[in-house]
Amino acid sequence: MSLKQCKGVYIYVQQTDNKIDNIAFELLGKATELAADLVTDVTAVLVGFNVKGMADELAAYGADKVIVVDDPVLKEYRTEPYTHALTSVIKEFKPDILLVGATAIGRDLGPRVSARVATGLTADCTVLEIGEFKARGDKEPRQGQLLMTRPAFGGNTIATIACPNHRPQMATVRPGVMQKQEKMAGAKAEIVEFNPGFEANDKYVEIMEIVKSVSDTVDIQTAKILVSGGRGVGSAENFALLEDLAAAIGGTVSCSRAAADSGWKPKDRQVGQTGKTVRPDVYFAIGISGAIQHTAGMEESDIIIAVNKDPDAPIFDIADYGIVGDCLKIVPRLTQAIKWRYLHG
Amino acid sequence: MKIVVCMKQVPDTKGGVKFKPDGTLDRAAMLTIMNPDDKAGLEAALRIKDETGAEVTCITMGLPKAEDILREAMAMGADKGILVTDRVLGGADTWATSTTIAGALRNIDYDLIITGRQAIDGDTAQVGPQIAEHLDLPLISYAQAIKLDGGGIIVNRQYDDRYHVLRAKLPCVVTVLAESNKPRYMTPGGIFDACDAEITTWGRADLKDVDDSNLGLAGSPTQIVKVFDKVRKGKGSMMTAETPGEGAEYIFKILCEKHVI
Repeated sequence: MSLKQCKGVYIYVQQTDNKIDNIAFELLGKATELAADLVTDVTAVLVGFNVKGMADELAAYGADKVIVVDDPVLKEYRTEPYTHALTSVIKEFKPDILLVGATAIGRDLGPRVSARVATGLTADCTVLEIGEFKARGDKEPRQGQLLMTRPAFGGNTIATIACPNHRPQMATVRPGVMQKQEKMAGAKAEIVEFNPGFEANDKYVEIMEIVKSVSDTVDIQTAKILVSGGRGVGSAENFALLEDLAAAIGGTVSCSRAAADSGWKPKDRQVGQTGKTVRPDVYFAIGISGAIQHTAGMEESDIIIAVNKDPDAPIFDIADYGIVGDCLKIVPRLTQAIKWRYLHG
Repeated sequence: MKIVVCMKQVPDTKGGVKFKPDGTLDRAAMLTIMNPDDKAGLEAALRIKDETGAEVTCITMGLPKAEDILREAMAMGADKGILVTDRVLGGADTWATSTTIAGALRNIDYDLIITGRQAIDGDTAQVGPQIAEHLDLPLISYAQAIKLDGGGIIVNRQYDDRYHVLRAKLPCVVTVLAESNKPRYMTPGGIFDACDAEITTWGRADLKDVDDSNLGLAGSPTQIVKVFDKVRKGKGSMMTAETPGEGAEYIFKILCEKHVI
């Protein structure tokens, strides 16, 4: 695709069971900023079956235009028909920028789409901005490039990436990092219906069964207070102490990879590089050593309070308040004090 | 049944990470391991081999020393190893890497291609899906469990709050999650055999149906603007709780001061 004819900031709208996922609103928030810098507009690409009714909600969070690809074959997410849908939109409408959530869906769809349209894709971005970049072989820097910043090496380094010669400039964006806009009630977007036609082929997989997680799906990314436990909590039973504290203080329990891998807490509660990025007002790190893979997902929290019996645990390097001691004894005492305060305070 | 496992030698991110002046990785200067997700992919392949006697071939692209992970894979039970190495392939992004591996795979027979979901250095999870696209194959990523089923496979595909049981036709590409299994150890006999085993080495000339303009640094659509070390947040205040009550009180006071409670 020639560079000049590509215009506009596009986002892929992830929806599950015909409910828009939060990441889509976060992407709209960022897309609105990028579009303002480029003096262009924001287009949301909504793919699914019977999804047209969700367009107004996208307008309320910043979409100027909504392209709707609606087809029965798109009822559930499957790689091939969704790739065909998004690729066809790109070829027809020629976006300059396309943002996709770095979710279990977006990290499947994004790379397949980028390979089909032969462009670059930068994964798991945490910062996106418009700026200048002198590409390899160029004498002068080019203006208006999408500069995509992402952690690499388990969070040890940060790299900024550009995609100067191919369009669209594609990025997947980590959930929980970008801010959504205030909702503008009554906003309307231009709706464009587009169906490229779907023909099943060998790349279509068959969905034999859908098994929803039985655990209560709590969104740890929207919690204001997280009580997070790690290996030091010791067992699934001991997590009850953290649940008590969370209940007393109005928080939610999350966990480290070690705790999720041990089966003490479900995977959707895991914070970190392979889990979720969170930035609550208060983050309790209870018995979490603080490997960089974990801290990469929580260090933007406003207040970090860490309890660990190892004074050399790396979590203390990023904690605002560190307490060296036995978390299994300290946590119940704290819970008791908080309850007492609310009862008698 | 022929299975190919695509794997990557990665720097151990627990050790130091080093860069060349141009901002690309100085892989030669770092300690390396077999990427954990790929090791789970290998284990998934070896389990199918245990059941059906499938042939397992491992392939990697990298520096000549990436041969180490192929030997490790063979010591675990893989049958063959292919190393794709060439100066012109260096500095590749995921597009150029997947183009290269697809070019190598076009030379061999396969029913199933397995990769790890993602590598711990780049964490992109892109190369597996992009290989599937280049070879025009069905793709199932984020796989927890793989079962053969006649001429196809049945895979549990993980999402955030659910999983789908999917059936795909073979040949197919599957990317595997590290937590889906516990990889076996190398066997002593296997280690001896692997030391002597012959590794097939391919270069640029051995890649089928790929254009030079899609390879290596020059063939990468993405370019590095800059790479920098993370600036860490400073250390806060710390105390040692001689008694649990002392620790609890300290936290309680902070929560009051900050108006959390």
